[in-house]
Amino acid sequence: MEFLVASAIGVLTAGGIYLMLRLRTFPVILGMSLLTYAVNVFLFSSGRLTVGAPPILSDGVSVYTDPLPQALVLTAIVISFGMTAVVVMIGLGAFLGSDDDHVDDPSEDADDKAEGTS
Amino acid sequence: MSLFIIVALPFLGAFLPGLMNSAGRSACAGVTFAVSLAAFIGLLTNLPLVLAGEVVTARVDWMPSLGLNFTLMLDGLGFFFALLILGIGLLIIAYTRNYLSRDDNMGEFFTYLLLFQGAMVGIVLSDNILLLLVFWELTSLSSFLLIGYWKHLPEGRQGARMALTVTGMGGLAMIGGMLILGQIVGSYDLSVILENRDLIQADPLYVPALILILLGCFTKSAQFPFHFWLPHAMAAPTPVSAYLHSATMVKAGIFLMARMWPVLSGTPEWFMIVTTAGLVTMVLGALIALFKHDLKALLAFSTVSHLGLITMLLGTGTAFGAMAAVFHILNHATFKAALFMSAGIIDHEAHTRDIRRLGGLRKLMPITFMIASLAALSMAGIPLLNGFLSKEMMLEEANHTVLFGLPWLVPALATFGSLLSAAYCFRLIGHVFLGPVRDDYPAKPHDPEAGLWMPPAILVVLVVVIGVAPFLAEPFVKLVTASVLGDAAEVPKAYFKIWHGLVPALFMSMIAVVGGLLMIAVFTPALRLWDTTPRPEAKAIFDTIINAVVRVSQQVILPLHNGAFTRYAAVAAVTILAAGFHAWSTGSVGTATRTLQPADPVLIAGWLMLVAATCGMVLMHRNRFLSLILIGIVGLMVSVGFVFFSAPDLAMTQFTVEVVTIILMLLALNFLPNRTPIESSVLRRVRDTGIAIAGGLATFALAYYYLLRDAVSTPISEFHLANSYKGGGGTNVVNVILVDFRGFDTYGEIIVLGIAALLIYALTETLLGGPVRARLLNRLPDQARAGDVHPMMMVVLTRVIMPVVLLVGFYIFWRGHNEPGGGFIAGLIVSIGVVMQYMASGFAWTSARLRYPYHGVIGAGVLIAGFTGIGSWFVGKPFLTSDFTYVRIPPFEKFELATAALFDLGVFLAVVGAVMLSLESFSRLARRAHVPDNEHPMDIDPSRENPLQIGAKPAKEGG
Repeated sequence: MEFLVASAIGVLTAGGIYLMLRLRTFPVILGMSLLTYAVNVFLFSSGRLTVGAPPILSDGVSVYTDPLPQALVLTAIVISFGMTAVVVMIGLGAFLGSDDDHVDDPSEDADDKAEGTS
Repeated sequence: MSLFIIVALPFLGAFLPGLMNSAGRSACAGVTFAVSLAAFIGLLTNLPLVLAGEVVTARVDWMPSLGLNFTLMLDGLGFFFALLILGIGLLIIAYTRNYLSRDDNMGEFFTYLLLFQGAMVGIVLSDNILLLLVFWELTSLSSFLLIGYWKHLPEGRQGARMALTVTGMGGLAMIGGMLILGQIVGSYDLSVILENRDLIQADPLYVPALILILLGCFTKSAQFPFHFWLPHAMAAPTPVSAYLHSATMVKAGIFLMARMWPVLSGTPEWFMIVTTAGLVTMVLGALIALFKHDLKALLAFSTVSHLGLITMLLGTGTAFGAMAAVFHILNHATFKAALFMSAGIIDHEAHTRDIRRLGGLRKLMPITFMIASLAALSMAGIPLLNGFLSKEMMLEEANHTVLFGLPWLVPALATFGSLLSAAYCFRLIGHVFLGPVRDDYPAKPHDPEAGLWMPPAILVVLVVVIGVAPFLAEPFVKLVTASVLGDAAEVPKAYFKIWHGLVPALFMSMIAVVGGLLMIAVFTPALRLWDTTPRPEAKAIFDTIINAVVRVSQQVILPLHNGAFTRYAAVAAVTILAAGFHAWSTGSVGTATRTLQPADPVLIAGWLMLVAATCGMVLMHRNRFLSLILIGIVGLMVSVGFVFFSAPDLAMTQFTVEVVTIILMLLALNFLPNRTPIESSVLRRVRDTGIAIAGGLATFALAYYYLLRDAVSTPISEFHLANSYKGGGGTNVVNVILVDFRGFDTYGEIIVLGIAALLIYALTETLLGGPVRARLLNRLPDQARAGDVHPMMMVVLTRVIMPVVLLVGFYIFWRGHNEPGGGFIAGLIVSIGVVMQYMASGFAWTSARLRYPYHGVIGAGVLIAGFTGIGSWFVGKPFLTSDFTYVRIPPFEKFELATAALFDLGVFLAVVGAVMLSLESFSRLARRAHVPDNEHPMDIDPSRENPLQIGAKPAKEGG
């Protein structure tokens, strides 16, 4: 179980980083979303994995999972929506203003040209 | 008056001049004067205590764990400097009223002046060296604003920059020195440090601390080799020069040396560094001053020279030297401020400060002549004026000082410095006021109105009174000296007298005055010699150094920081990986303390889907719509994972956020191209894949090791679980943490969320207000639109569903405290309900039925949450303390009422407002010119008379 969660975090991170390194806004935003999932799951798992013991107090139950990471991740999820929306808006505004959705400024530098465009 | 109020008054008062700006220049100067006067009187109310030898203190613990406390102390030394700062400040304010022209923004000037004044008073009253550092930096910043006040003058801006750079660097060095000092003593309280002379001087870190602190003092007080910034700061308006360079800013370094005198002085290092720097500065400053033609430049270098004199006196490390220094600080402040103000008057009336273009002003400006001459003669060291007395004491002290084993060195240089000093004073009088009246002044000079000459006149009265009757100043100077010396030495018995008999100092003084007169007699050939001598130009050296630093930093930074986001992202990823690898390879990992739990088939299935969707996204990210669907699957699997691992609240949140995020992305994709073209080279993709895989492996390893080990110490969560019901009145611990234990965090988060939404709104407004608007309106969709954009089925369904959604939201909200749910989730659910109306019935139709603007909803949410928190103040509890009770209204069951629910209501409203404002902003972009807004919910509605009057045109367009 631990292996599956850890590897899921790894896969999400890898996918997120790869997409973040793309040249257009949309994949970069998706990459950031993937990275957000990875970070949230990672933070959540800092409470360690417990099955069937939600932190809802009830009589006769003494084992609960760690509630603190859950509270932190809950707000993180909502905030990350706000931030994603801002980034999408910035990307969209840039595209509408210039008809170009590259994340990097066009550069005159020959070095960058070799690196950036084909 | 409390010391807190004295320090706070200028800072609080700094708001007033700006506000009074439109009320007229006199009102503006009036409030500034009143603020300073209040602080001045407040200071004087403490005089009896200070005279009685007591130390007035005021203390508030600020960050006790860091040793940083807001501690103020008023002893003789602090009182003396505060008196100078506030007293001369009052005269400067009166003078400024008449000095600034109508074009200058007076409110701005006085705001800066009061900020500066407050910072200076803060320095001299601080009893905590960290607090002192804060005020120290504040003086650097506010003096930057003051020096650069005339923003239109390039010299003003350059001078301000240079002053900030030099004093700022010195301040940085001083921070280091103060921290070392605090570490040695174990306390940052000045009163404690001052009692540990032996401990500090025996410490091996004494010399580094001394050098760092002296760097701060020397840069601030313009000591050689940092003297060059002061003359360039003369581009400031004259009141600024008069204030900063007579009584305040440059005296801050002197003050600190005097303050630290009991613990730092008396060692060979102190003596060598401070005395030498002071001596060199004194002679060099006087020499340059003599040959300056700009009146203010002459005064600036004379200030440098006199600061050197005071520094040298402090450097000798004897009690008599300290007393002479204190006395000269007082005398220098009086005559130098008067001289600066006189220079300002001449500049104001004659429209030039160039000594070569002046002369003969004695007849045209008799009052100014009197003031300036008396002050200048005092500076030259003529008997019956106060400058004579302290200069005598200085020469006396110099006579006993042996530097580098040469007994004649210090007396000779001191005499030579005095000679030069006398010479430039005589030059000032002779070349500006004496001589024949000229007829080529740029403007016709005459004495100004009383408002301009009165302030320096008051100072000159002091110059004469102290000079004639030194016994009046003696008790006060000795009181101040006593607090400089602390326990380190006894106050000298020497009396302040004009006639000490035929002592060596008198002869040295006579040599200086006669030599000064001779120097003026041969001034013309001397000037020619001076002009032909090559000299290093400090500003050129400074600029060269600055340019070199800029070039180096550009070479280092620009290759990494070239404006390309992808490069930053790659650099950041690799750096984080490297740092992680370093930690991994140097740290140690304990053995696993947890056992692997068996994997459930459901979990394996979910994992497979998540991995498949992620890989699919990466491989097929060029098809943007497809990748959006795939990220939906990822989000769904994450939600399911949360359910599986006992986090129902998280699952509900993730699930609902997923819905709104996808809608948001769809709205954006509506405008963006559908496909991402292949642009990057294979090599680049391979490189990125490498970084990505390394990052993935690293996080995997970290998470895996983490999951198999227990926390090192007991998590705080135990407390939360134990107190959730007893203290917070709820059984859903996650919700209780959000609204109660960590309510302040949540409060901050909803504010951030609200700001994000407002930012999106603002960006939309900007887009719609700019050139993009026309493009948006005339945009042709790149894909076929549905024939029936707002189908009847969906319209009816969403409307039927709406009350149900609201009911569910209400239910989730209320049960949140005890069962999974709460404000965040309820807010998201209700938002989805509203969004569905937009989607089904159209933007115009829905907005027309909207009663409250979303900004208001966000604001109401934040306010409700805030007021709930403030409510606990009324029962004497800290912000956001929650309370709850159980009530029973027949025929219902007993139920709980908690203030936390009110707070959660704020969260709920803020979330609804923020989500809706973001989505609404996006959809406003989608309106187009050739498509009329649909006023009806459905495009095809059989009940309408003209059912085919369709809002959106069918699929013919676009393609």
